[in-house]
Amino acid sequence: MEPSSAADPVHVRAFGPTALLAEVDDAAAALALATWLRERGVAAADVVPAARTVLLDGLDPADVGPTRALLAGWRGQPIAGGDRRPAGGGPVVELAVVYDGPDLDDVADLWGVSREEAMARHTGLELVSVFCGFAPGFAYLSGLPAQWAVPRLGTPRTRVPPGSVALADTWCGVYPTASPGGWRLLGRTSASLWDVDRDPPALLAPGTRVRFVAAEAP
Amino acid sequence: MSVRALEVLATGPLCTVQDQGRPGLAHLGVPRAGALDRPAADLANRLVGNPPGAALLEVVLGGLEVRATADTWVAVTGAPAPVVVGRRPAAPGRAERLPAGAVLRLGAPRAGVRSYVAVAGGIDVAPVLGSRSTDTLAGVGPPVLAPGQRLGLGPPAGPPAPVEAPAVPPRGTPTGVLRVHPGPRLERLGPQALAELCATAYVVGAEADRVGLRLDGPPLTHADAGELPSEGMVLGSVQVPPSGRPVVFLADHPPTGGYPVVAVVDPGDLWQCAQLRPGDPVRFTRAR
Repeated sequence: MEPSSAADPVHVRAFGPTALLAEVDDAAAALALATWLRERGVAAADVVPAARTVLLDGLDPADVGPTRALLAGWRGQPIAGGDRRPAGGGPVVELAVVYDGPDLDDVADLWGVSREEAMARHTGLELVSVFCGFAPGFAYLSGLPAQWAVPRLGTPRTRVPPGSVALADTWCGVYPTASPGGWRLLGRTSASLWDVDRDPPALLAPGTRVRFVAAEAP
Repeated sequence: MSVRALEVLATGPLCTVQDQGRPGLAHLGVPRAGALDRPAADLANRLVGNPPGAALLEVVLGGLEVRATADTWVAVTGAPAPVVVGRRPAAPGRAERLPAGAVLRLGAPRAGVRSYVAVAGGIDVAPVLGSRSTDTLAGVGPPVLAPGQRLGLGPPAGPPAPVEAPAVPPRGTPTGVLRVHPGPRLERLGPQALAELCATAYVVGAEADRVGLRLDGPPLTHADAGELPSEGMVLGSVQVPPSGRPVVFLADHPPTGGYPVVAVVDPGDLWQCAQLRPGDPVRFTRAR
């Protein structure tokens, strides 16, 4: 997707007194803007690209104005190497999934298909990790068709078990650790998603391609 | 020469090691963590001569008992809990000598939730990704304290506050009035959302922890206004899930979220969020 306007590829909102939220078109643009900002030494403790935004957190109030000015200078420049598309040459990881999640039937109903057809749709996808967030090693996997988007739960669960494979909107994710969460749970994998003693600690680092394979319950 | 350490005898409901957290890793999905009542933690460190970044103990609702293996200085701040050093009651908010072999005991606080125990030299557990903070959401950092653990102490960095100095008066109980700035997603929640938030009486829900303060009360009217793509969240974000009942994100909050943020708690009031108990009233008011 191209920026909506070449003159205004970024829209900036205040996020409390010490942070700014920069809105862009998509996850690829967010990754490009975050990279561009880091190369320019942006005065933020945290630079967090996401689906359509980059959060600049931990700003000294005196740095908010200059950071807005820096953002205004972004013209949607591609990241170094020229390719804004995060998909492509990353490694492929196959994850074995037991499809027994508490929301599998709801997702099948939302899609208007059987439980078996919902599993077949999910295992038929090749997804790509475009950014990490939410929890350590939690990768946002893109590639779910827009017409298969599913809403989040009305009330988030207070504890989602580690290894849960889940959908929200057009994203797929795997919870690396037990955490609260509002995504719809399809099943579970026993793969180790996050390990601080591994380099990189995240199994599904950005750029990784992911396929899901149906497995029997152990 | 004895090895400087604390032996953990009892912990109460929850006790963790905290410092100023691990900023700069949110893009990998790693929360910031760190002491929830930051001013209280900084004060405790200052009283025993530590720099503000030294690791200390965050104690939920008292119940801590630790024994020192060598003479050291300790200070307790935050929720005003009864403190006993050896056999002698001690004043919170003041540096106290903890002799080798003596036990420091914290009773249940009269008000508030979290007390901070700083020890001269700081708690010297192995840092993980640059911090000694326990992150209760992500499980990064040292484990939650348990009886039988032995915590090494660093070398004292500076002299403790003079013994003659009067104890720092407790800050008092939190008022539950939290000043807020407008959030970045007001348009998702309707033009009156911030006014509605500020006009609503809430109470702290049962599930108040280091991740967030969940609030009970009448739901915000336009909460279920559709999905929002995942985006970065800041400390103090007041997020509104479709239930319409706000959640204030605290130090162990996930780095990104998918529900709209109606307001951001002023940094000067975040300490209150660390000290409010389930059932305590909460009101929001516009920050000046």
